[in-house]
Amino acid sequence: MRTDLLFDFTVDKATKTVFIVREFNAELSLVWDAFTKQEILDQWWAPKPHVSKTKIMDFKVGGRRFYAMVSPEGQERWSIQNYTSISPKTNFKFVSNFSDKDENIDPQWQPGSQWDLNFSEQNGTTKVRITIYNESLTRMEKMIEGGFFKEGVTMQMNNLDNLLTILSQRP
Amino acid sequence: MRRDIFQAIADPTRRAIIALIALQAMTPNAIAENFNTSRQAISKHLRILTECDLVKQAYQGREIYYSLEIEKMKEIDKWLNQFRKIWETRFTQLDKVLSTIKKQKK
Repeated sequence: MRTDLLFDFTVDKATKTVFIVREFNAELSLVWDAFTKQEILDQWWAPKPHVSKTKIMDFKVGGRRFYAMVSPEGQERWSIQNYTSISPKTNFKFVSNFSDKDENIDPQWQPGSQWDLNFSEQNGTTKVRITIYNESLTRMEKMIEGGFFKEGVTMQMNNLDNLLTILSQRP
Repeated sequence: MRRDIFQAIADPTRRAIIALIALQAMTPNAIAENFNTSRQAISKHLRILTECDLVKQAYQGREIYYSLEIEKMKEIDKWLNQFRKIWETRFTQLDKVLSTIKKQKK
């Protein structure tokens, strides 16, 4: 078993794109399932102590995943991922939007972020390449809020809050 | 009006200005010589960067010199690191889930 699994995370501010590459010690079909099946996805998608709660998942082109990130206090942040392209065990794409609990998309953050996920396997190691395109990097700020809620989470989040405050100050 | 710092660095000309003045403090005229655009356009970019605290001004005689606020740029990197950490946490969780499923299959 390999222990030197690759993890690469880069942000290209010019193209407003985030590139993420990660290897996993598992065969491709299992990793594919972990990204495309609700019951597995909900086990890892939300950084603890948050919980990912998928209400609707219809993994097909034109289908969607409607889910919430739930904080320990029970606060819910809803998102909708609309699948735009699926090549089984190779690639899938979706557009992600923030919404309310009734699936109404938040117009403030439209047109949403575009996700492109690629899967490949070599010698039992599966590599996943993710690109996320955002219209603006401020939207990424909002994406972070969706993953780490302001309430009740770690020093990291407090640091981020402080940072955002500093960044928003004017001379 | 709140200036959006990420919007500020999303502009290619402003990023080029940042790269220029990261090396040395420069006057608006000296900066403008590096671009095929008007002095007015450069001034506007400099004003936006100043409003975001990304650059600072210093007067030397009649000239204004612009230089980069290195600390501010570091803050942006710190912020991006938060995003990276989310993915690290997420993937560590996925590693555990995958290993559990593999054991169940055996």
